[in-house]
Amino acid sequence: MRLKLMAALAATVMGVAPALADLTIPALNYRTGPYAPSGIPYADGFSDYMTMLNERDGGIGGEQINVLECETGYNTEKGVECYEQTKGQGALVYIPQSTGITYQLIPKATADEIPIWSVAYGRTSAVNGKVFEWIFNLPGTYWDAASIMTKYAMEQEGGSLDGKKIALVYHNSAYGKEPIRTLEKLSEKHGFELVLLAVDHPGQEQKSQWLQIRRERPDYVFMWGWGVMNQVAIQEASNIRFPMDKFIGVWWSGSEADVVPVGEGADGYKSVTWHGAGTDYPAMQEIKSTVIDAGLAAGDGTKFGEVGYNRGVYTAAVLAEAIRQAQEASGTSDIDATQLRDAMETLEISDARFEELGLPGFTGGFQLSCAQHSAPRTAFIQQWNAADQTWTPVSDFMEPDLEVIDPLIMEDSMAYAEENGITPRECD
Amino acid sequence: MFYREAGEFKTSYVDDNQTFPIRFDRYRYYAVLAVAFLIVPFVINDYWANAVLLPFLIYAIAAIGLNILVGYCGQVSLGTGGFMAVGAYATYKLMTAFPDINIFFHIVMAGGITAIVGVLFGLPSLRIKGFYLAVATLAAQFFLVWLFNRVPWFYNNSASGQINAPERTVFGQAVTGPATEAWATYLFCLVFTVASALLARNLTRGAMGRRWMAIRDMDIAAEIIGVNPLISKLTAFAVSSFFVGIAGALFFAVYLGAVEVGEVYGINKSFLVLFMIIIGGLGSIFGSFAGAAFLVLLPVLLKNVLVGTLGWPTGLASHFEIMILGFLIIVFLVAEPHGLAQLWRVTKEKLRLWPFPH
Repeated sequence: MRLKLMAALAATVMGVAPALADLTIPALNYRTGPYAPSGIPYADGFSDYMTMLNERDGGIGGEQINVLECETGYNTEKGVECYEQTKGQGALVYIPQSTGITYQLIPKATADEIPIWSVAYGRTSAVNGKVFEWIFNLPGTYWDAASIMTKYAMEQEGGSLDGKKIALVYHNSAYGKEPIRTLEKLSEKHGFELVLLAVDHPGQEQKSQWLQIRRERPDYVFMWGWGVMNQVAIQEASNIRFPMDKFIGVWWSGSEADVVPVGEGADGYKSVTWHGAGTDYPAMQEIKSTVIDAGLAAGDGTKFGEVGYNRGVYTAAVLAEAIRQAQEASGTSDIDATQLRDAMETLEISDARFEELGLPGFTGGFQLSCAQHSAPRTAFIQQWNAADQTWTPVSDFMEPDLEVIDPLIMEDSMAYAEENGITPRECD
Repeated sequence: MFYREAGEFKTSYVDDNQTFPIRFDRYRYYAVLAVAFLIVPFVINDYWANAVLLPFLIYAIAAIGLNILVGYCGQVSLGTGGFMAVGAYATYKLMTAFPDINIFFHIVMAGGITAIVGVLFGLPSLRIKGFYLAVATLAAQFFLVWLFNRVPWFYNNSASGQINAPERTVFGQAVTGPATEAWATYLFCLVFTVASALLARNLTRGAMGRRWMAIRDMDIAAEIIGVNPLISKLTAFAVSSFFVGIAGALFFAVYLGAVEVGEVYGINKSFLVLFMIIIGGLGSIFGSFAGAAFLVLLPVLLKNVLVGTLGWPTGLASHFEIMILGFLIIVFLVAEPHGLAQLWRVTKEKLRLWPFPH
């Protein structure tokens, strides 16, 4: 009886609200839970950029953008619920913001024909667009990051890592395990020793891992961390006086939220990234004037200009451009998911175009193709300056070792294709 | 007026021993079954299946399993998440090793494998009791998750350590994988839930259930009257783990489709299922359903009310959701420490006399 009553009650309130605008983009955010420190800035940046477009240009091509926020708490079950709830409301694209949820959604979204854009996370082998028709992971993959970090370390060591030792501190999940295969290959190629140190969810307890680092004395420590795990790792590294300039995080382990709590001790910490930090871009200033100062910000505005925030802006800017190109290609402003997918496969944003968008020098231009669902796959190293509270680039854009990575991508994607009975498409 | 035995004459032992001896109760039960099997599959959509009904049905099985151990046999367990993981990984290994065998049998076999693992971890219960046993089962939770994370054989050496359910069919209808119909997955889980509930209900009414309850109420007295504690406790662990394993298998294969052990089968899951049976009612099959419904449906309901109807920001709504849920749990447990099942029993008693209570 109680059950039926509840079901009846549920039915009345669960009626799907009609979409307010025509371009619906679900945002699977997490503003709660142990990963919130990383999730909030991104969510704010993404929403604020879209609000800026709505306010300044009246949306894209005259269509208002409706960012449908759904809280996942970085939890796969809630992610599935969010997906099911929003997919019927005309969702154009899913940006899952979690490698776990991405893995979950890859088969589902492929069956439902909605593109997924995992922004430099998720399944690396989705680069192979011949197998993963609906999945994109521009601008780079974890395997690219692993290779770029190794390359940078090699440059620092004068061109050789022979006999050196590199420790990988990683989140013990699909996300953290992604780079292992590449690093193993690279250690064979360059002759360095790889030490693997797993940190379990959520990552607040890392004493034993850092004790081991103290014992093993690696030359470099790479980190695949997220949320609170990052702050704790940087704190522990600072406690054991590990040289910070030899501690390099992946792009999800290099934002203000990770280093500020450690204070002076974090000075010199490095991370990989693919876009600029700070607020010195015309588009950022427009967000400030039209959104944050106008009181329309998604968050409280304090995250403005942080690395995570700018990453949200990057995602929104590229997605807006993809929608624009889809509108041009299809001749209609009210595009659907398939049209967006087609446009993403031919998406081209040059350096000049980024400048027009008000983001000069923010990130590198790129061109996607049907076979290559990720580009430009380059990144640079940035370093934290604790005194000025800024991230400064310390290298140019670097290319990963594609000789090592591409065969791995081919192997993994073909294995997926075989497992799931997919015949790769013919295209270039 | 309702639930009255007056006028019902039982003329055989079979009649006297049926699960629902009161006619009104029996018809209500048939009505629920009829709605679940004959009406819901026609009106269900993806959202209702994947966000509401599948988790409810699967958690109900897990809660039934844990209720047998904790509620009927009195052995506190915090290893539910780990045992669910055993079910999931067993199904995965079976699905990929023997693709030609029907998924139905894989899931039942996964339950069997979990039962064996459960018995292994149940052995300490012969020497240690209460909170100490809880700690021992907690070790099982952490050990099993660590094992599935650590040994690549369990996830067929995939790069990410995730397991993915390949497509499998029952009567030609896909029940796992991406291309499933909502009604097919729903019916598949419903069959398992109803079968589990029937099995559990009858086990707990029989000699075995009475032995469990004797052990729960006072183990020394039970031993004196001839209940073998070794067999009783280990059967409780086996039966409980069997159901929990089936729940874990369905959770992975049918509901989520891809699983990462640390996140999905972590300690949180153990606590969630334990809370379900505490709120629902220890030692009650109905309580398992009520508890699962409370903890699965209410968060979804709150989320839809707060975000969908009231239009709150999602982060704030999510915090409030936790607070409201916690508050309601306290209220319910203060009002009725024996859980929703007791509340239901009291309601039934009242309904029997209504509208003339004197």
